Amino acid sequence: MQVKVFITPRKGILDPQGRVVEQSLRTLGFKDVTDVKVGKYIVLNVAAPSVAAAREETKRMCERLLANPNIEDFSFEVEGE
Amino acid sequence: MKWGVVRFPGSLDDNDALYALAEVMEQEAALLWHKDTSLAGAECVLLPGGFSYGDYLRTGAIARFSPIMKSVEKFAADGGLVIGTCNGFQILCEAHLLPGALTRNRSLAFICERVHVRVENERTPFTRAMRRGDVLKLPIKHGEGLYVAPETELLQMEERGQIILRYCDADGAESEAANPNGSMRAIAGVANERFNVFGLMPHPEHAVEAMLGGTDGRKIFESIAGRA
Repeated sequence: MQVKVFITPRKGILDPQGRVVEQSLRTLGFKDVTDVKVGKYIVLNVAAPSVAAAREETKRMCERLLANPNIEDFSFEVEGE
Repeated sequence: MKWGVVRFPGSLDDNDALYALAEVMEQEAALLWHKDTSLAGAECVLLPGGFSYGDYLRTGAIARFSPIMKSVEKFAADGGLVIGTCNGFQILCEAHLLPGALTRNRSLAFICERVHVRVENERTPFTRAMRRGDVLKLPIKHGEGLYVAPETELLQMEERGQIILRYCDADGAESEAANPNGSMRAIAGVANERFNVFGLMPHPEHAVEAMLGGTDGRKIFESIAGRA
C-alpha cells in the first residue's frame, strides 16, 4: 500500500524557509500569498492487511523517526482510503 | 579522566576533539565507533560535530538510532557525563537526552565565525571551572543551530537552570545582533534535568590553543575533567 507522508513545520515554530519563499513570491508579484510553509513529502510502500493497519504503522513511523514532534506536524494519506 | 569520542559516518570534528583532549588537555581519550556498543570504560562521552549520516531527514535523526547511542542512553541514564557539540548537540536532542530541537538558522545561511557566549549556570559538571556571567569566545560553524523548544518547557528550563550558555556580545550583553542564528532566548547550550548531559552549538574543541584563536574551550574540558 502506498503511503504519502506530509511533514510541515509546527505552528508557531519559526520557518525561515517558508518566510523567504513567501518574500520571494511577493517580489515576483504574487501579492496575495500568505502563510507559506516549506516541509517534506515522503512516499513509501507498506505491506499491511488493511488501510487501518497501514495507518497505524505509518503513525508509528512518523512518531519514531519521520517527524520530530518538537518542531514538526505530520499528516498522511494511505492509498485506497 | 577517560573520554570516549564517538565517530559516526560523517563526523568531522572527532579528530580535533581527540587532539584537544589527548594532546592539549592531557586526558585519556579513545575513539568509539558508531556500530560498537561498548563505551570502553569512558567516564565522559563526547559526541562531535559534523554531518552524521549526511544529516538526512533531520540533523541527528538517523545517528540517534545507531548502536552506540543505545549504550550512550544507558550511560546517561546511569548518571554518566555526556557532552555534544554542534551535530552532537543535535543528536542529543533527537535522542531526547536533551529538551528541544535545532532547526535552520534564521538567516538560512551557514555561519562560520567566532561568537561570544555567557555562562548562565556554573553549578554543573561542565561549567564548574567558571563563574556565572563569564563570557567565552568560541567558534560556531553550522547551518542548523536555531534552538527551539515549547514555551512551557523553556520556562521550566529557566527555573531549573538548564540553560547553560547564551549568545551575547563581548561584554556579555544579549542583543538581536549578538544572536547569530536566531535561537529562542539566545540559547547556545543546555543541560538535562540531572545536569549530566550537556549540548552546545559552539565548538570548545576548536578553541584550545592561543595560536588558533583562543583557549576558552579549555574551560569546559577543565570543568569536566576536574570532576573525576
